[in-house]
Amino acid sequence: MENLVIEGTPKTPTIKFNPEDGKLLIQGRSIPENSIEFYKPLVDSLESYASSPKEITNVDIVLEYFNTSSSKCILDVFKKLEKINSDSDGVTINWHYEEDDEDMLEAGEDYQAIINIPFKMVELEE
Amino acid sequence: MDINIYDFYNKMEQDNIMLSFKGNVTSELLTSVLQIMESKMERLNESNKIKKKVYNILVESLQNLYHHLDKQPDSAPKGHNTVIFMIGKNEDAYSVFTGNYILNANADKLRTKLEKINSLDTDELKLYYKEVLNNGMMSDKGGGGLGMIDIARKSGQKLDFDFQKVDDEFSFYSLNINIPQ
Repeated sequence: MENLVIEGTPKTPTIKFNPEDGKLLIQGRSIPENSIEFYKPLVDSLESYASSPKEITNVDIVLEYFNTSSSKCILDVFKKLEKINSDSDGVTINWHYEEDDEDMLEAGEDYQAIINIPFKMVELEE
Repeated sequence: MDINIYDFYNKMEQDNIMLSFKGNVTSELLTSVLQIMESKMERLNESNKIKKKVYNILVESLQNLYHHLDKQPDSAPKGHNTVIFMIGKNEDAYSVFTGNYILNANADKLRTKLEKINSLDTDELKLYYKEVLNNGMMSDKGGGGLGMIDIARKSGQKLDFDFQKVDDEFSFYSLNINIPQ
C-alpha cells in the first residue's frame, strides 16, 4: 500500500498516512465547506488498510480547529479504525489539545465516548 | 438612491461593528473574512481561548449561510440569495449577526430545531451533540445539523433568533450570537 500525503492549507489539515508503519497523522485546521470530498482519500485508504493492518496502528490527531462538517468525517475515520481495532486490538488514538483549549479536550472526550478505541489525551504546552 | 453612507457609518460605529457584509457568500469570501478576523483578534491581544471560540463560531455561522444558498429554489426572487452578516465587539463580548431569506416551510422546521436546542442545558446539549454526530444523517456537503448545537455549546448562550414573515413564500431569518469574554 502506498503512503497517503495531503499537504495542509488554511482550511484543510495535513494528512500523513503510512500503512507500512501503521501511522496516521491529521494536523492543522479542518474547516472546509465540503469535508466529505476532502476526507474521502483517507477513508478509502483506511478501508484498504483494514484488510491487512499492522499489529500496532498509531493515530495522532493534532487539530487546532475543526468545523462540524469535518467532525462527521473524523467520526467516519475513527469508525474505520474501530473496525481494525476490534480485530487486532492494536489501535491507539492520541488526541492532542492546547493546554487552555477546553473545547478541543471536550471534543476529544465526545469521540472517546462514542468510539471503542483507547484514547490518550495529550496536552500541548503553548 | 437616497442613502446617507455617513449615517450607516455612525450607526455601525455606535454598535461597535468591526466588519459587515451584504451580498453573495463564496468560499473565497469566507476565507478572507476569517483571515481578517483572525488578524484583528491578534492585534487586540485576545486570549487563545476567546480567539478559538469566536473563530469556531464564525466558521459555523458563516458556513451555514454558505450552505443555505444551495437550498434556495430556482423560483426565488432575485436578491433572495444574498445574505447579511456583521461582527461586533464591546467591552465584554463578541457578537455575530447573520440574516438570510428562508422558505416559510423550512422556517418552521428550523424554528422547531432551534427551540429544541434552547430547551436543553449544558449536559443535555453535550448528549444531543453526540447523538446527532453518531446517528444523524449527513447532507452531501457534510453539514449534518450539528452547526447550531455547536454554536450553542461554544457560546454557552441560548440561541437568539427571529423569523420575520416577508410574504406567503419567504421569511427573513436572523440570528444574533453573543460570545461572552
